[in-house]
Amino acid sequence: MAHLQVDLVAADRKVWSGEASMVRAPAADGDVGILPGHAPFLATLRAGTVRIVPVSGGEPRRVTIDAGFLSVDFDHVTVVVDAVTEGETPSGLTTPTAG
Amino acid sequence: MAGQQRVYRQRIKSTQSLKKIFRAMELIAASRIGKARSRMTAASPYARAITRAVSAVATHADVDHPLTTERPENNRVAVLLVTSDRGMAGAYSASVLREGEKLIAEQLERGKEVVLYVTGRRAVSFYTFRHRELAGRWTGASDSPTAETAQEIANTLLDAFLADTDEGGCGELHVVYTHFVNMVTQTPRVVRMLPLEVVEGVMEPGEEPLPLYEFEPSPEVVLDALLPRYIQSRIYSCLLHAAASELAARQRAMHTATENAEDLIRMYTRLANQARQSEITQEISEIVSGADALAAS
Repeated sequence: MAHLQVDLVAADRKVWSGEASMVRAPAADGDVGILPGHAPFLATLRAGTVRIVPVSGGEPRRVTIDAGFLSVDFDHVTVVVDAVTEGETPSGLTTPTAG
Repeated sequence: MAGQQRVYRQRIKSTQSLKKIFRAMELIAASRIGKARSRMTAASPYARAITRAVSAVATHADVDHPLTTERPENNRVAVLLVTSDRGMAGAYSASVLREGEKLIAEQLERGKEVVLYVTGRRAVSFYTFRHRELAGRWTGASDSPTAETAQEIANTLLDAFLADTDEGGCGELHVVYTHFVNMVTQTPRVVRMLPLEVVEGVMEPGEEPLPLYEFEPSPEVVLDALLPRYIQSRIYSCLLHAAASELAARQRAMHTATENAEDLIRMYTRLANQARQSEITQEISEIVSGADALAAS
Protein backbone atom coordinates (compact mmCIF):
# COMPACT_ATOMS: atom_id res chain seq x y z
CA MET A 1 0.00 0.00 0.00
CA ALA A 2 1.14 3.49 -0.78
CA HIS A 3 2.26 5.74 2.01
CA LEU A 4 1.94 9.40 2.62
CA GLN A 5 5.03 11.54 2.23
CA VAL A 6 4.68 14.11 4.99
CA ASP A 7 6.51 17.40 5.47
CA LEU A 8 5.79 19.46 8.54
CA VAL A 9 7.38 22.88 8.15
CA ALA A 10 7.43 25.98 10.34
CA ALA A 11 8.43 29.46 9.23
CA ASP A 12 12.08 29.02 10.11
CA ARG A 13 12.72 25.30 9.84
CA LYS A 14 11.53 21.90 8.74
CA VAL A 15 10.06 20.23 11.81
CA TRP A 16 9.45 16.72 10.61
CA SER A 17 9.59 14.86 7.37
CA GLY A 18 9.03 11.24 6.57
CA GLU A 19 6.55 8.56 5.59
CA ALA A 20 3.29 8.17 7.40
CA SER A 21 0.20 6.05 7.11
CA MET A 22 -2.17 8.69 8.43
CA VAL A 23 -2.25 12.38 9.25
CA ARG A 24 -4.91 14.05 11.33
CA ALA A 25 -5.13 17.84 11.43
CA PRO A 26 -7.53 20.46 12.81
CA ALA A 27 -8.97 22.04 9.66
CA ALA A 28 -11.04 25.18 9.88
CA ASP A 29 -14.38 23.38 9.85
CA GLY A 30 -13.43 20.35 11.87
CA ASP A 31 -10.68 17.78 12.12
CA VAL A 32 -9.67 15.97 8.95
CA GLY A 33 -7.92 12.66 8.62
CA ILE A 34 -5.79 12.05 5.55
CA LEU A 35 -5.12 8.52 4.32
CA PRO A 36 -3.12 7.46 1.25
CA GLY A 37 -5.04 8.10 -1.96
CA HIS A 38 -6.77 11.23 -0.72
CA ALA A 39 -7.99 13.72 -3.34
CA PRO A 40 -5.96 16.93 -3.75
CA PHE A 41 -6.92 19.07 -0.84
CA LEU A 42 -6.02 22.48 0.55
CA ALA A 43 -7.33 23.62 3.90
CA THR A 44 -6.62 26.23 6.51
CA LEU A 45 -5.88 24.99 9.99
CA ARG A 46 -6.97 26.36 13.31
CA ALA A 47 -5.14 25.95 16.60
CA GLY A 48 -4.98 22.36 17.74
CA THR A 49 -2.99 19.19 17.53
CA VAL A 50 -1.60 17.57 14.41
CA ARG A 51 -1.23 13.82 14.73
CA ILE A 52 1.04 11.88 12.40
CA VAL A 53 1.14 8.08 12.41
CA PRO A 54 4.53 7.08 11.05
CA VAL A 55 4.87 4.07 8.74
CA SER A 56 7.68 2.68 10.84
CA GLY A 57 5.16 1.98 13.56
CA GLY A 58 5.46 3.18 17.07
CA GLU A 59 3.64 5.92 18.82
CA PRO A 60 1.98 8.59 16.69
CA ARG A 61 3.70 11.92 16.75
CA ARG A 62 1.66 14.80 18.09
CA VAL A 63 2.52 18.45 17.71
CA THR A 64 0.55 21.45 18.86
CA ILE A 65 0.17 24.21 16.31
CA ASP A 66 -1.43 27.64 16.43
CA ALA A 67 -2.44 28.20 12.81
CA GLY A 68 -1.41 27.27 9.33
CA PHE A 69 -2.56 25.28 6.37
CA LEU A 70 -2.45 21.79 4.96
CA SER A 71 -2.06 20.67 1.38
CA VAL A 72 -2.42 17.18 -0.01
CA ASP A 73 -1.42 16.35 -3.51
CA PHE A 74 -0.88 12.80 -4.74
CA ASP A 75 0.01 11.39 -1.34
CA HIS A 76 2.31 14.26 -0.60
CA VAL A 77 1.11 16.04 2.51
CA THR A 78 2.53 19.39 3.49
CA VAL A 79 1.58 20.88 6.82
CA VAL A 80 2.66 24.50 7.03
CA VAL A 81 2.41 26.12 10.44
CA ASP A 82 3.29 29.47 11.95
CA ALA A 83 4.52 28.22 15.27
CA VAL A 84 4.79 24.73 16.60
CA THR A 85 5.30 23.26 20.03
CA GLU A 86 6.12 19.63 20.42
CA GLY A 87 3.35 18.03 22.39
CA GLU A 88 3.37 14.56 23.87
CA THR A 89 6.17 13.38 21.64
CA PRO A 90 7.18 9.89 22.72
CA SER A 91 10.83 9.74 23.57
CA GLY A 92 11.41 6.66 21.42
CA LEU A 93 10.62 8.49 18.17
CA THR A 94 13.57 10.40 16.83
CA THR A 95 13.19 13.18 14.34
CA PRO A 96 14.60 12.27 10.94
CA THR A 97 17.05 14.89 9.79
CA ALA A 98 15.59 17.38 7.37
CA GLY A 99 16.60 16.54 3.85
CA MET B 1 64.77 63.72 17.46
CA ALA B 2 64.01 61.31 20.29
CA GLY B 3 60.47 62.72 20.27
CA GLN B 4 60.04 61.62 16.67
CA GLN B 5 60.91 58.05 17.55
CA ARG B 6 58.49 57.99 20.44
CA VAL B 7 55.64 59.25 18.26
CA TYR B 8 56.22 56.46 15.76
CA ARG B 9 56.35 53.82 18.49
CA GLN B 10 53.05 55.07 19.87
CA ARG B 11 51.42 54.91 16.46
CA ILE B 12 52.65 51.36 15.94
CA LYS B 13 51.19 50.34 19.26
CA SER B 14 47.77 51.85 18.63
CA THR B 15 47.64 50.42 15.11
CA GLN B 16 48.51 47.02 16.51
CA SER B 17 45.62 47.12 18.95
CA LEU B 18 43.29 48.27 16.17
CA LYS B 19 44.49 45.39 14.05
CA LYS B 20 43.59 42.98 16.83
CA ILE B 21 40.06 44.42 16.94
CA PHE B 22 39.68 44.19 13.17
CA ARG B 23 40.92 40.63 13.16
CA ALA B 24 38.49 39.67 15.93
CA MET B 25 35.55 41.23 14.10
CA GLU B 26 36.53 39.44 10.91
CA LEU B 27 36.58 36.11 12.72
CA ILE B 28 33.26 36.78 14.44
CA ALA B 29 31.60 37.68 11.14
CA ALA B 30 33.10 34.61 9.49
CA SER B 31 31.77 32.32 12.18
CA ARG B 32 28.29 33.85 12.06
CA ILE B 33 28.01 33.66 8.30
CA GLY B 34 27.63 29.90 8.36
CA LYS B 35 24.72 30.17 10.75
CA ALA B 36 23.07 32.92 8.70
CA ARG B 37 23.34 30.84 5.54
CA SER B 38 21.95 27.73 7.18
CA ARG B 39 19.02 29.81 8.43
CA MET B 40 18.48 30.86 4.83
CA THR B 41 18.28 27.24 3.71
CA ALA B 42 16.17 26.25 6.72
CA ALA B 43 13.51 28.80 5.78
CA SER B 44 13.26 27.68 2.16
CA PRO B 45 10.94 24.63 2.61
CA TYR B 46 8.35 26.94 4.16
CA ALA B 47 8.70 29.48 1.36
CA ARG B 48 8.42 26.73 -1.25
CA ALA B 49 5.32 25.22 0.34
CA ILE B 50 3.62 28.61 0.58
CA THR B 51 4.49 29.59 -2.97
CA ARG B 52 3.15 26.31 -4.27
CA ALA B 53 -0.09 26.66 -2.33
CA VAL B 54 -0.57 30.27 -3.45
CA SER B 55 -0.14 29.33 -7.08
CA ALA B 56 -2.50 26.39 -6.56
CA VAL B 57 -5.26 28.70 -5.37
CA ALA B 58 -4.48 31.36 -7.92
CA THR B 59 -4.61 28.98 -10.87
CA HIS B 60 -7.70 27.25 -9.60
CA ALA B 61 -9.95 30.09 -8.67
CA ASP B 62 -10.41 33.44 -10.31
CA VAL B 63 -9.53 35.37 -7.22
CA ASP B 64 -9.83 39.02 -6.54
CA HIS B 65 -8.06 39.78 -3.31
CA PRO B 66 -7.33 43.21 -1.83
CA LEU B 67 -3.64 42.31 -1.67
CA THR B 68 -3.48 41.66 -5.42
CA THR B 69 -5.49 44.63 -6.65
CA GLU B 70 -3.83 47.83 -7.79
CA ARG B 71 -4.88 50.96 -5.98
CA PRO B 72 -4.15 53.77 -8.41
CA GLU B 73 -6.21 56.27 -6.44
CA ASN B 74 -3.87 55.95 -3.47
CA ASN B 75 -1.00 58.36 -3.59
CA ARG B 76 1.10 56.92 -0.81
CA VAL B 77 3.95 54.47 -1.27
CA ALA B 78 5.47 52.50 1.59
CA VAL B 79 9.21 51.79 1.40
CA LEU B 80 10.96 49.30 3.66
CA LEU B 81 14.74 49.67 3.92
CA VAL B 82 16.72 46.76 5.35
CA THR B 83 20.08 47.87 6.76
CA SER B 84 22.43 46.77 9.52
CA ASP B 85 22.55 47.74 13.17
CA ARG B 86 26.26 48.29 13.26
CA GLY B 87 28.75 49.76 10.87
CA MET B 88 32.16 48.26 10.13
CA ALA B 89 30.67 46.53 7.11
CA GLY B 90 32.12 48.64 4.34
CA ALA B 91 29.53 50.14 2.03
CA TYR B 92 26.81 47.67 3.03
CA SER B 93 24.34 50.05 4.67
CA ALA B 94 25.38 53.00 2.54
CA SER B 95 24.55 51.23 -0.69
CA VAL B 96 21.12 50.16 0.57
CA LEU B 97 20.45 53.74 1.65
CA ARG B 98 21.62 55.02 -1.72
CA GLU B 99 19.29 52.63 -3.56
CA GLY B 100 16.51 53.68 -1.20
CA GLU B 101 17.11 57.37 -1.85
CA LYS B 102 17.05 56.70 -5.59
CA LEU B 103 13.75 54.86 -5.26
CA ILE B 104 12.29 57.63 -3.10
CA ALA B 105 13.35 60.26 -5.63
CA GLU B 106 11.69 58.25 -8.42
CA GLN B 107 8.47 57.92 -6.46
CA LEU B 108 8.43 61.62 -5.65
CA GLU B 109 8.89 62.34 -9.35
CA ARG B 110 5.84 60.20 -10.07
CA GLY B 111 3.95 62.49 -7.72
CA LYS B 112 3.74 59.95 -4.91
CA GLU B 113 4.15 60.47 -1.22
CA VAL B 114 6.69 58.18 0.45
CA VAL B 115 6.13 56.54 3.84
CA LEU B 116 9.35 55.15 5.27
CA TYR B 117 9.79 51.97 7.26
CA VAL B 118 13.32 50.94 8.22
CA THR B 119 15.12 48.11 9.97
CA GLY B 120 18.60 48.56 11.40
CA ARG B 121 20.09 51.38 13.43
CA ARG B 122 22.15 52.71 10.52
CA ALA B 123 19.03 53.68 8.58
CA VAL B 124 17.39 55.06 11.72
CA SER B 125 20.33 57.35 12.45
CA PHE B 126 20.60 58.31 8.77
CA TYR B 127 17.01 59.53 8.68
CA THR B 128 16.73 61.02 12.15
CA PHE B 129 19.86 63.07 11.43
CA ARG B 130 18.09 64.43 8.35
CA HIS B 131 14.88 65.03 10.31
CA ARG B 132 12.88 62.75 8.05
CA GLU B 133 9.89 61.04 9.52
CA LEU B 134 9.92 57.26 10.00
CA ALA B 135 6.60 55.44 10.09
CA GLY B 136 8.15 52.33 11.59
CA ARG B 137 11.53 51.12 12.79
CA TRP B 138 12.91 47.81 13.94
CA THR B 139 16.38 47.59 15.43
CA GLY B 140 18.52 45.22 17.41
CA ALA B 141 18.74 42.01 15.44
CA SER B 142 19.87 42.81 11.93
CA ASP B 143 22.38 39.96 11.80
CA SER B 144 20.06 37.28 13.18
CA PRO B 145 16.46 38.09 12.29
CA THR B 146 13.75 35.85 13.70
CA ALA B 147 10.48 34.74 12.14
CA GLU B 148 8.71 36.76 14.83
CA THR B 149 10.37 39.98 13.72
CA ALA B 150 9.41 39.22 10.15
CA GLN B 151 5.86 38.60 11.26
CA GLU B 152 5.74 41.89 13.12
CA ILE B 153 7.09 43.78 10.12
CA ALA B 154 4.71 41.99 7.76
CA ASN B 155 1.72 42.73 9.99
CA THR B 156 2.59 46.42 10.24
CA LEU B 157 3.06 46.73 6.50
CA LEU B 158 -0.09 44.77 5.68
CA ASP B 159 -2.08 46.95 8.04
CA ALA B 160 -0.67 50.00 6.30
CA PHE B 161 -1.52 48.55 2.91
CA LEU B 162 -5.04 47.49 3.81
CA ALA B 163 -5.96 50.71 5.59
CA ASP B 164 -8.22 53.19 3.85
CA THR B 165 -6.65 55.98 1.87
CA ASP B 166 -7.87 58.66 4.24
CA GLU B 167 -6.55 56.77 7.23
CA GLY B 168 -3.00 56.78 5.97
CA GLY B 169 -3.16 53.61 3.89
CA CYS B 170 -0.46 52.98 1.30
CA GLY B 171 -1.08 51.94 -2.28
CA GLU B 172 2.22 50.17 -2.89
CA LEU B 173 5.00 48.55 -0.92
CA HIS B 174 8.60 48.45 -2.04
CA VAL B 175 11.39 46.69 -0.21
CA VAL B 176 15.07 47.61 -0.54
CA TYR B 177 17.40 44.93 0.74
CA THR B 178 20.72 43.31 -0.10
CA HIS B 179 20.52 40.07 -2.01
CA PHE B 180 23.09 37.48 -1.00
CA VAL B 181 24.46 36.04 -4.24
CA ASN B 182 27.57 34.43 -2.76
CA MET B 183 30.33 35.24 -0.32
CA VAL B 184 31.89 37.79 -2.67
CA THR B 185 28.86 39.34 -4.31
CA GLN B 186 25.94 40.98 -2.55
CA THR B 187 23.74 43.30 -4.55
CA PRO B 188 21.25 45.83 -3.25
CA ARG B 189 17.82 45.11 -4.69
CA VAL B 190 14.54 46.93 -4.98
CA VAL B 191 11.43 44.73 -4.99
CA ARG B 192 7.84 45.79 -5.37
CA MET B 193 6.07 43.50 -2.95
CA LEU B 194 2.52 44.86 -2.90
CA PRO B 195 0.18 44.73 -4.67
CA LEU B 196 1.14 41.15 -5.38
CA GLU B 197 1.57 39.85 -8.86
CA VAL B 198 0.72 36.23 -8.21
CA VAL B 199 0.02 33.60 -10.85
CA GLU B 200 2.65 34.29 -13.49
CA GLY B 201 5.88 34.88 -11.63
CA VAL B 202 5.13 32.34 -8.94
CA MET B 203 5.02 29.01 -10.72
CA GLU B 204 8.37 27.68 -11.70
CA PRO B 205 8.79 26.48 -15.27
CA GLY B 206 9.04 22.75 -15.80
CA GLU B 207 6.71 21.92 -12.97
CA GLU B 208 3.86 19.55 -13.65
CA PRO B 209 0.44 21.19 -13.73
CA LEU B 210 -1.13 21.55 -10.34
CA PRO B 211 -3.93 19.16 -9.44
CA LEU B 212 -7.50 20.31 -9.05
CA TYR B 213 -7.70 20.98 -5.36
CA GLU B 214 -10.62 20.79 -3.03
CA PHE B 215 -10.63 23.76 -0.74
CA GLU B 216 -11.78 23.93 2.78
CA PRO B 217 -13.65 26.01 3.76
CA SER B 218 -13.49 27.87 0.40
CA PRO B 219 -10.85 29.14 -2.05
CA GLU B 220 -11.40 32.72 -0.86
CA VAL B 221 -10.85 31.89 2.79
CA VAL B 222 -7.79 29.80 2.00
CA LEU B 223 -6.31 32.60 -0.06
CA ASP B 224 -7.12 35.04 2.71
CA ALA B 225 -5.05 32.93 5.08
CA LEU B 226 -2.29 32.26 2.58
CA LEU B 227 -1.43 35.68 1.19
CA PRO B 228 -0.39 37.36 4.47
CA ARG B 229 1.80 34.33 5.17
CA TYR B 230 3.25 34.60 1.71
CA ILE B 231 4.17 38.24 2.31
CA GLN B 232 5.61 37.34 5.68
CA SER B 233 7.72 34.60 4.19
CA ARG B 234 8.97 36.95 1.45
CA ILE B 235 9.92 39.57 4.04
CA TYR B 236 11.59 36.95 6.22
CA SER B 237 13.65 35.78 3.29
CA CYS B 238 14.64 39.40 2.56
CA LEU B 239 15.77 39.79 6.17
CA LEU B 240 17.76 36.56 6.04
CA HIS B 241 19.44 37.56 2.78
CA ALA B 242 20.26 40.94 4.29
CA ALA B 243 21.73 39.34 7.42
CA ALA B 244 23.99 37.02 5.43
CA SER B 245 25.02 39.91 3.19
CA GLU B 246 25.78 42.10 6.18
CA LEU B 247 28.06 39.49 7.71
CA ALA B 248 29.80 38.80 4.40
CA ALA B 249 30.32 42.52 3.83
CA ARG B 250 31.64 42.92 7.37
CA GLN B 251 34.02 40.04 7.02
CA ARG B 252 35.43 41.45 3.81
CA ALA B 253 35.68 45.00 5.17
CA MET B 254 37.43 43.81 8.32
CA HIS B 255 39.82 41.68 6.31
CA THR B 256 40.82 44.73 4.27
CA ALA B 257 41.13 46.79 7.44
CA THR B 258 43.45 44.19 8.98
CA GLU B 259 45.64 44.27 5.89
CA ASN B 260 45.72 48.04 5.89
CA ALA B 261 46.71 48.04 9.56
CA GLU B 262 49.56 45.68 8.74
CA ASP B 263 50.71 48.02 5.98
CA LEU B 264 50.64 50.96 8.36
CA ILE B 265 52.59 49.07 11.01
CA ARG B 266 55.24 48.19 8.46
CA MET B 267 55.52 51.78 7.33
CA TYR B 268 55.73 53.17 10.85
CA THR B 269 58.33 50.59 11.81
CA ARG B 270 60.51 51.72 8.91
CA LEU B 271 60.07 55.36 9.84
CA ALA B 272 60.87 54.59 13.47
CA ASN B 273 64.01 52.71 12.45
CA GLN B 274 65.04 55.61 10.27
CA ALA B 275 64.48 58.04 13.12
CA ARG B 276 66.52 55.87 15.48
CA GLN B 277 69.34 55.57 12.97
CA SER B 278 69.49 59.28 12.30
CA GLU B 279 69.49 59.92 16.04
CA ILE B 280 72.47 57.59 16.49
CA THR B 281 74.27 59.21 13.57
CA GLN B 282 73.68 62.60 15.07
CA GLU B 283 74.93 61.49 18.48
CA ILE B 284 78.09 60.03 16.97
CA SER B 285 78.82 63.15 15.00
CA GLU B 286 78.25 65.22 18.13
CA ILE B 287 80.66 63.05 20.13
CA VAL B 288 83.27 63.08 17.37
CA SER B 289 83.06 66.82 16.93
CA GLY B 290 83.21 67.23 20.70
CA ALA B 291 86.33 65.04 20.87
CA ASP B 292 87.86 66.97 17.97
CA ALA B 293 87.22 70.22 19.75
CA LEU B 294 88.88 68.88 22.95
CA ALA B 295 91.87 67.56 21.00
CA ALA B 296 92.30 70.89 19.21
CA SER B 297 92.38 72.92 22.40
